[in-house]
Amino acid sequence: MINFAMPDLYPASAEIFLLIMACAVLLIDLVSGGRRWLCYLLAQLSLAGCFGITFFTLDGQAVTTFSNMFVDDLFADLLKLALYPAVAMTLVYGRSYLAARNLDRGEFYVLVLFATLGMMVMISASHFVSLYLGIELLALSMYALVAIDRDSARATEAAMKYFVLGAMASGLLLYGMSMVYGAVGSLEIAEIGQRVALGGGNKTVLVFGLVFVVAGLAFKLGVVPFHMWVPDVYHGAPTAVTLLLGSAPKLAALAIVLRMLVTGLAELAEHWQVMLMILAALSIALGNLAAIAQTNLKRMLAYSAISHMGFMLLGVLAGIVGGDPRFALNAYTSATFYAIAYVLMSLGGFGMILLLSRTGFEAENIEDFKGLNKRSPWFAGIMLMLMFSMAGVPFFVGFFAKFLVLQAVVAAGHLWLAVFAVMFSLVGAFYYLRVVKVMYFDAPTDSAPIEAPRDMRYLLSANGIAVALLGLLPAGVLEYSMWASYAFLIGQ
Amino acid sequence: MDFKTALFYILSAILVIAALRVVTARNPVHAVLFLVLAFFNASGLWLLLQAEFLAIALIVVYVGAVMVLFLFVVMMLDINLERLRQGFWGNLWLGGPIAVLMVAEMVAVLSARSFGLEAMPAPAAVAGSNTKALGVAIYTDYIYPFELASVILLVALIAAIVLNLRQRRDNKQLHPAEQIAVRRQDRVRIVSMPSEKE
Repeated sequence: MINFAMPDLYPASAEIFLLIMACAVLLIDLVSGGRRWLCYLLAQLSLAGCFGITFFTLDGQAVTTFSNMFVDDLFADLLKLALYPAVAMTLVYGRSYLAARNLDRGEFYVLVLFATLGMMVMISASHFVSLYLGIELLALSMYALVAIDRDSARATEAAMKYFVLGAMASGLLLYGMSMVYGAVGSLEIAEIGQRVALGGGNKTVLVFGLVFVVAGLAFKLGVVPFHMWVPDVYHGAPTAVTLLLGSAPKLAALAIVLRMLVTGLAELAEHWQVMLMILAALSIALGNLAAIAQTNLKRMLAYSAISHMGFMLLGVLAGIVGGDPRFALNAYTSATFYAIAYVLMSLGGFGMILLLSRTGFEAENIEDFKGLNKRSPWFAGIMLMLMFSMAGVPFFVGFFAKFLVLQAVVAAGHLWLAVFAVMFSLVGAFYYLRVVKVMYFDAPTDSAPIEAPRDMRYLLSANGIAVALLGLLPAGVLEYSMWASYAFLIGQ
Repeated sequence: MDFKTALFYILSAILVIAALRVVTARNPVHAVLFLVLAFFNASGLWLLLQAEFLAIALIVVYVGAVMVLFLFVVMMLDINLERLRQGFWGNLWLGGPIAVLMVAEMVAVLSARSFGLEAMPAPAAVAGSNTKALGVAIYTDYIYPFELASVILLVALIAAIVLNLRQRRDNKQLHPAEQIAVRRQDRVRIVSMPSEKE
């Protein structure tokens, strides 16, 4: 009576592998008896294994499985291949910081692996239900990670704010999804796109649902006016967790924004474009202005994250012009490039804070970077490159990211938006350059030697050099983003 | 008006009143109890729609488990609501108009015109037990979200333990195995001393 066809598990093999490994790490942690490097090593091996599986099962075909709830296309694969190294780098950077604060328990690595699984589910979601569950898996792991330093009142407060606002955002998103479902009668994203294109669904109800969907997504992305949690959470969380929060999830967020708005609700583009325009413009303005007033580097980078997310949204909204999809490839390539470049810069920026921190000391204030050039000219140079790149100084990768987004916006005919974004980027350059000024022209107040493990020094150096090199030779990443966007567009 | 329609209006009216009282009740314990009442009426509405499994699940899970937990938490926390309400009047000038605007907009959209039975016809009722139909759907078409939900529950479990399990330094926990395996030289130290004279 029940016709049950076994779902094809092959497309989801990386997710299944990671789930098994996360459970294995959880159990091995029990019997490891204080050998903490074991969990760290296993977590890194799991990520490497996922990378291998995704890499070797890479093909151009879009395969759906689990009753069309999971899609394995080239877009998902390429984003995941960028995701694993980003998470692996956060683990390398965060390791000695966590060990110094006695936070490097096995559960930390288990929760990071589950968060990664959540991001992978988000990237591969082709159904509102799986998409929502991916968001929740990521969010729940992140709430716990933010609070993992449970004796810190600031971390607990940050986790509480993140939790309450995150729950509210989930509520908004779900309400919007239920409205779309009510209007269209399907939760499958591609199916929704087709039905709306064929004139199905009441437009008023769809737009009503869309408002809540966009608000929910904006909360998760942390763009103005749904940004209130970002500075507090970035500031309050242990820096190793901030690093994770501010890097890899941006790739997953880009994936769900593109899948929900472009694949599912492309017919309503004229509506969500206006909403994204307002969100992006406000984020770029407020993020850059508020960052100027910060003395805490983590808060400053949080406001800078808000403005960067605004920029990424500019790339997303420039894709459809009056129902004409000619601009789509260009625009989504720029958004993907921006996300990858931002993840690289964000990893480096928070990585520098971790590098200078030691037992009982957090190098989280801009003052702590005073005279870094005298203490370590090499790492002052790395930080200089990261800050220049974030500010969008030519020819670093951040410049190319901004340049690509802006040319997409201009191509879509929103000249004033591009001018606005450039103006506020110039304002933003002030606070990035202030960090550089403090490093090179102020006398050091802190003379402790930089004590960081060798793997972290090498990786952070490579990160900084990559930011410079990819700015000079952006073709590789550009082609990578182009393939991802191309695969996304033909998969629709 | 037939019996079912009358029942629908009665249940809905109590539901709306109870929901209003949840947010207006001064005593948090009363608010929780009103929420229980709201859940009961919602489950009644589901019964009218012949969704008997969901109706029972709502009672068993929410009323039976979640709300009891809520009651415990509310009673233990001893929240001073007056202090929480202090900001209310100060922010009303901004919050009030926005709330009115949003409610008006929502009412305009969520009207019978776009949500009536003509606009959204009810799906065909399941033949036979809908518990069974739900079970079949969960374990076949919806197996992926079902498994994901289980992973989320596992994460919740891990997170709760990570955040709350504390090994106190000064705890006086006994280890029976160690006590049994103890040897004389672990406990008694023989010290050679010169014998004392009277």
